[in-house]
Amino acid sequence: MTIPHIIEQVVFYFSAIMVVISGIMVIAQRNPVRGALALVLAFVFSAVLWILLESEFLALALIFVYVGAVMTLFLFVVMMLDMDIEPMKRNFVRYLPIGLFISVLVLAFMIYVVAPEHFGLSKYAKPLHASAAYSNVKELGHVLYTKFVYPFELAAVLLLVAMVSAISLALPVVRERKLQNPAEQVMVKREDRIRLVNVPSEKRID
Amino acid sequence: MIALSNYLILGAILFSLSIAGFVLNRRNVITLLMCVELMLLAVNMNFIAFSHYLNDIKGQVFVFFILTVAAAETAIGLAIVVLLYRNKKTIDVQELDSLKG
Repeated sequence: MTIPHIIEQVVFYFSAIMVVISGIMVIAQRNPVRGALALVLAFVFSAVLWILLESEFLALALIFVYVGAVMTLFLFVVMMLDMDIEPMKRNFVRYLPIGLFISVLVLAFMIYVVAPEHFGLSKYAKPLHASAAYSNVKELGHVLYTKFVYPFELAAVLLLVAMVSAISLALPVVRERKLQNPAEQVMVKREDRIRLVNVPSEKRID
Repeated sequence: MIALSNYLILGAILFSLSIAGFVLNRRNVITLLMCVELMLLAVNMNFIAFSHYLNDIKGQVFVFFILTVAAAETAIGLAIVVLLYRNKKTIDVQELDSLKG
């Protein structure tokens, strides 16, 4: 075991433990602001793990998109809503046994499936490190703009739809808008609009 | 040398943590949305680990699209939460029972 391997292991285990700890903080915090900050921590350490897996572009996208945009949106919404944290305490203890039971069950099944005897180093050997000339961004962009160009454009359309729907959902409804009512315009009668006034003519003044 | 199963087990732990979050925090919609984010992170971790160990870039492309869809989902979900709060003055899941017969 050489020094780089030891460093890799230390980075992996430290980041993995930090991800798990911040995940526990996300679900155990009563204050949603602290929960959001714990989720940011989870994203940052996941980005470290993704860099360890040599997918640099997605690690940076996770930081930029998630921490920079999505979690900021979360914090904005959390701070905009004036929610009471107090009554949220009650259910936590009540649902703790069933929650622990379900999650431990799911975890046991998943670990049984992905156990080291199925996905260990003997089955899937660690691939060689990419050379210094290898560019993950270049590789991903190449695939994305040739083979997956239609899904890529669909993703752009999806983002547009999401933007339009989010704006139209959250835009406050203005009651005093000056809108036309076409039915009213069509149904209008002559008597509604025109009033004939019989004005007596004045005498001529000499 | 870190095995593939280490990353998969980490993803499994994150996934089951967020399931526990769903069950425990049945009051706050925002916390539920954050649990969904944690769940997607676990899935993305598995995709990237497989992409690295099988030496196939398609896993990363998939994660790219998952990130896009997750961002859209979060934007719309938070807009719905804001609308919900404006109309009902609460985001407590247990009090949103208008559909109860």
